[in-house]
Amino acid sequence: MTHSKQQRLRFGLAALAAAGLIYGLASGQAQAVWQKAVFICMECIGIG
Amino acid sequence: MPVSSTTKSPIHTPKPQERLKKSEQKRNLFQTGFFLLTNGQLSGYVTGQIYRGPAKHMCVPGLNCYSCPGALGACPMGSLQSGLYDTRQLFPFYVLSLLCFFGLLFGRLVCGLLCPFGFLQDLLAKIPVKKYRLEVQKPQLDRTLRYFKYAILLLLVFMLPFMGRFLPSFMKPWFCKYVCPSGTILAGWPMVSLNPSLQGQIGWLFGWKSLLAIAIVVGAIFIPRFFCRYLCPLGAFYGLFNKFAFFRLSYQASSCIQCGACKRTCPMGIDMPRQNQSAECVRCGRCAAVCPTSCLHTGFKTPDTPGVAKCD
Repeated sequence: MTHSKQQRLRFGLAALAAAGLIYGLASGQAQAVWQKAVFICMECIGIG
Repeated sequence: MPVSSTTKSPIHTPKPQERLKKSEQKRNLFQTGFFLLTNGQLSGYVTGQIYRGPAKHMCVPGLNCYSCPGALGACPMGSLQSGLYDTRQLFPFYVLSLLCFFGLLFGRLVCGLLCPFGFLQDLLAKIPVKKYRLEVQKPQLDRTLRYFKYAILLLLVFMLPFMGRFLPSFMKPWFCKYVCPSGTILAGWPMVSLNPSLQGQIGWLFGWKSLLAIAIVVGAIFIPRFFCRYLCPLGAFYGLFNKFAFFRLSYQASSCIQCGACKRTCPMGIDMPRQNQSAECVRCGRCAAVCPTSCLHTGFKTPDTPGVAKCD
């Protein structure tokens, strides 16, 4: 892969990821992550 | 007799093994620092309470269970799986985009520098026992086993949790529940030890996860980065970005003397330098440190980046 193709791929993916991030933040998905993360995940610690 | 103006004092050029030792010390120090940064709630290891502050809106890049008593961020694998079966979300764009950013920026450097479980395996590999180079002794088995992590990524991380949108009994983080050793060792064992109320709830699942975690630890003692090689779905994901991530490993064939030092020192058993863009490379930099002709470089700007002068 040439350097310029690589650069186009990188920045294209970065733009897509940025769009996804903005959408996710706007639709409250960061809050959903927090809600899951602040309680002990019983499955994760092997209690089930 | 005049002193020659070209006379120079001798410059000590570190031998490859010295460079490797220094490079490893720096990397281990960084790994320690990053672990403390992302698991800095030290009081949690005394009280058995997890952090509930705003930093947990953000996923850390490595495999770091959010139920670890010290964890200050959210686990990307756990968050992704819960987002997949959460019917309130169209799709977990936020977590997936974060993962894509980490992958684009770093590729599998996350594994080599930022992941606490990768760090644990690096420490286990220092235990002085004979190491098994499966890629040499049983290359076909080694190659086959490496596909397991992609199967775990596809099945346990994506497909089964996603089916939880349609079948309530599938609404669980399958990888976290049945496999993740980081959750067991960093979260399960300390939390159960510190909370008597959890001790009464231990069942077969805790036993299974503990046995699996012990097997992986033993595996990592004899085969460096055992979990990263064969089982880690997060490493499988980041590896997809290795070929075009901003953080690179570059190789200048014109300077290579084919000594094989890079291949011998690689903890992931990669056929270096031929496979320098492999999805298996965790960008630990050991190959670059040990290379006698400096034909391998890691970084955001490497000698083959346009505009960067080549080093001889």
